[in-house]
Amino acid sequence: MAGDTARLAEDTFPKLLLRNAALFGDRPAMREKDLGIWQTWTWSQMLEEVRAFSLGLRALGLQAGGKVAIVGSNRPRLYWTFAAVQSLGAVPIPVYSDAVAEEMAFVLKHAEATMAVVEDQEQVDKLIGLAKRLPKLKHIIYDDDRGLKNYDHTTLHPFDDVQDSGRSLAKADAGVVAAWEKHIHEGKGSDTSVILYTSGTTGQSKGVMLTAERCVGAARDTVAFDRLTETDETLAYLPLAWVGDHYLNYAQGMVAGFCIACPEGPETVAVDLKEIGPTFYFAPPRVFEGLLTQVMIRMEDAGALKRRIFSYFMDVAKQHGEAILDGKPVPFSARLKYALGNMLVYGPLKNVLGFSRIRVAYTAGEAIGPDLFSFFRSLGINLKQLYGQTEAFLYVTAQPDGAVRADTVGLPMANVDIRIADNGEVLFKSPGMFAGYYKDKAKTKETLTKDGYVMTGDAGFFEADGQLKIIDRAKDVGKLKDGTLFAPKYIENKLKFFPDVKEAVAFGDQRDKVCVFLNIDLTSVGNWAERNNIAYASYQELANHPDVLATMEKHVRQVNADLAREPQMAGAQIARFLVLHKELDADDGELTRTQKVRRGFIAERYQPLIDALYSGKNECDITTEVTYEDGRKGKLSARVKIRDVERFAANGMKEAAE
Amino acid sequence: MSLVETLPASQRDILLKVDNISLSFGGVKAITNISFDIRVGEIRAIIGPNGAGKTSMLNVINGFYHPQEGTITFEGVPRPRMRPHHAATHGVARTFQNIALFRGMSTLDNIMTGRGTLMKRNLLWQALWTGPAEREEIEHREAVEKIIDFLEIQHIRKTPVGRLPYGLQKRVELGRALAAEPRLLLLDEPMAGMNREEKEDMSRFILDVNSQFGTTIALIEHDMGVVMDLSDRVVVLDYGKKIGDGTPDEVRANQDVIDAYLGVPHE
Repeated sequence: MAGDTARLAEDTFPKLLLRNAALFGDRPAMREKDLGIWQTWTWSQMLEEVRAFSLGLRALGLQAGGKVAIVGSNRPRLYWTFAAVQSLGAVPIPVYSDAVAEEMAFVLKHAEATMAVVEDQEQVDKLIGLAKRLPKLKHIIYDDDRGLKNYDHTTLHPFDDVQDSGRSLAKADAGVVAAWEKHIHEGKGSDTSVILYTSGTTGQSKGVMLTAERCVGAARDTVAFDRLTETDETLAYLPLAWVGDHYLNYAQGMVAGFCIACPEGPETVAVDLKEIGPTFYFAPPRVFEGLLTQVMIRMEDAGALKRRIFSYFMDVAKQHGEAILDGKPVPFSARLKYALGNMLVYGPLKNVLGFSRIRVAYTAGEAIGPDLFSFFRSLGINLKQLYGQTEAFLYVTAQPDGAVRADTVGLPMANVDIRIADNGEVLFKSPGMFAGYYKDKAKTKETLTKDGYVMTGDAGFFEADGQLKIIDRAKDVGKLKDGTLFAPKYIENKLKFFPDVKEAVAFGDQRDKVCVFLNIDLTSVGNWAERNNIAYASYQELANHPDVLATMEKHVRQVNADLAREPQMAGAQIARFLVLHKELDADDGELTRTQKVRRGFIAERYQPLIDALYSGKNECDITTEVTYEDGRKGKLSARVKIRDVERFAANGMKEAAE
Repeated sequence: MSLVETLPASQRDILLKVDNISLSFGGVKAITNISFDIRVGEIRAIIGPNGAGKTSMLNVINGFYHPQEGTITFEGVPRPRMRPHHAATHGVARTFQNIALFRGMSTLDNIMTGRGTLMKRNLLWQALWTGPAEREEIEHREAVEKIIDFLEIQHIRKTPVGRLPYGLQKRVELGRALAAEPRLLLLDEPMAGMNREEKEDMSRFILDVNSQFGTTIALIEHDMGVVMDLSDRVVVLDYGKKIGDGTPDEVRANQDVIDAYLGVPHE
């Protein structure tokens, strides 16, 4: 128990660093692959590196309350910078390294950063170009010196030089180190630990202020939840400025004392993953999707025997894998087959993917397809989902081991209080909750309810087993004319989980029924056409093929059957659908640059089709202007067929189609 | 930063000087009476329309062609008739217009071949691979890894180069030339066939090689924009004759050069 109270005394990251150096001094804290060889720093070596840099920064004039921007990819030195800056009571501000100069200028100016620690020449060039607009920025410190030799070094410093000046200060007077540590112990949990700027997809980016005790507190809860210890290891490859990386790697690493490995470069992540074999892993759904596609393509190139072994054991895994992972009762013969499969298929496959040692893996950010999710889980990878946001310092809900589902995001984390507002919006109060937006009291007020809950902007509800289900952005959730809840994205995602559906756009707000536009996936459907000797000349022709329409109808009916099983959603089944005559394209303004559908714009652009859907017609002529890749414009005319779809009663029984 | 590098290009020491070079193949005169110099630490471009004699000039410097007339002085010493491998051991390395890598070998091994002239142990030692030979290999591997890091090609370290896209193959070839630690680096159209982004990357690498290692570079390039931005001085050839020589601005204003590029009838 004494240990517990001592542990709780550490309410800032620098204090945790001192603790880790004392407790796990010889254990690895950081790894980086340099010149093809993994280099390791132990916690005590890392403390020395951080201290040297911190003292060097102070010599450059950094004081408590100062702001230091950090720009670059996952390098040990940049992680050290966080701790070095925090040790002085100053605030680190990570900035997305791929941000264009304009965004970077906004953040640095808004944060009033006086120093910037950056990775390489690319970032130095960006900042030098912005120098006139950033009069407060006094010093730039860089990690990699390539190409920087002939730059003017009056305000530009190599990382090594700053550390050297720190080291010589420490060497000249032993009291310096003691004073530095004393200053850390005097640090308060209520100090701002970090300011994370949101990526600004919804307007101007905002600086989310997080205090040290809340960061540490939240990380303590999740470290306990997943039983992470100093023997765990992660590969840090997510953007440094993203809350996910700062939380999952930096914060949890400091609290649990586990080792963070940095990849050699952004392109080598796959190889590094295999070499490190992390025990804790996070990736957004599209990364898992990419991995699955790669595995399937490679399997298709394999010999016949290998393919048969693979498909046989993947069936075994599909049947029993998840049950075995969750510790549910499974017949002995199935266990035997699974064990054999593990030797022949799952084990080697996990090894190739770098997943051999994974104890806990998470995915989040968007909906994940149930088949995709099951594939990885059935291999014995403990993949789970979480829900969170920057304002919560990541975690709001997470799935505990043994209660994992593809369509929910889990139970509220320890000490998190969740409420659903009348409009369906998810509200929460959590240990890691933000202290406010930096220099923006009005926005902070807008985001908080009167009694201090954070409004997430996401709509959701609790399932019977207490798991939270996120259905859409709150502002996009509407109601049918009869008052039924209508969550377009929820329906669209269900459709998009079919590999041959590329995009779906659902309409229904303030209307009497739900109708959808579909886009077929040309690669997938094209493959199918080739195998079945169906000749086609264009997307338009393939999209209009009767067999394709029949397949799509089957998919939509399947989605309706799924929706019927969910009491909250049963009313919003799809009544009619059509397959669009052209692919939705960002060049035509139909998608955002991040490939999200712009529902309102699409509705306006294809008004005749919407009218036809809701007026009961069976086909409709339409002419659309399209923009080609070289900027030329052209017209595309088509006759689009519309189909009705069978709907089901809420208990799963069939209901007469209209 | 050494004192030399802070000097403007025109006042630095001369690294290589060609005097009155003429080269002909049978009755075809490829190069007629050309003289110019390359100074230490500069980026020197050789430009000109198709068939102007640029690659021939590079092959002369490289020791691959032997001019019928004229002298070449490298580092103050007049150079006798030599073979290309003499040029390589004497600090001249090059890349080729049509990539000349070992397609079945990995990036790492290809760059390692660039160290060949620097390896001292004989075949027997290397076959036994013990003691000094092993130490030597580790030393060279480290140098190669530094180049891989410098050119940001870690992710293709073990990929056979035949499988790589064109732009990356060009980068590997630059890596192999760098591995020989040349004092003079000859680049034959380093950016031919590249898209804009690849060109920008390659330009950056060329500038970085020049500033980081202080390597003197002579390059042939078609893309005028690139040449003018990169080089300290430019020499312009047309029909085997020198028609211009100077800084990019001087060359740009030279009427003969404008004529050669826009085309005027030759009498």
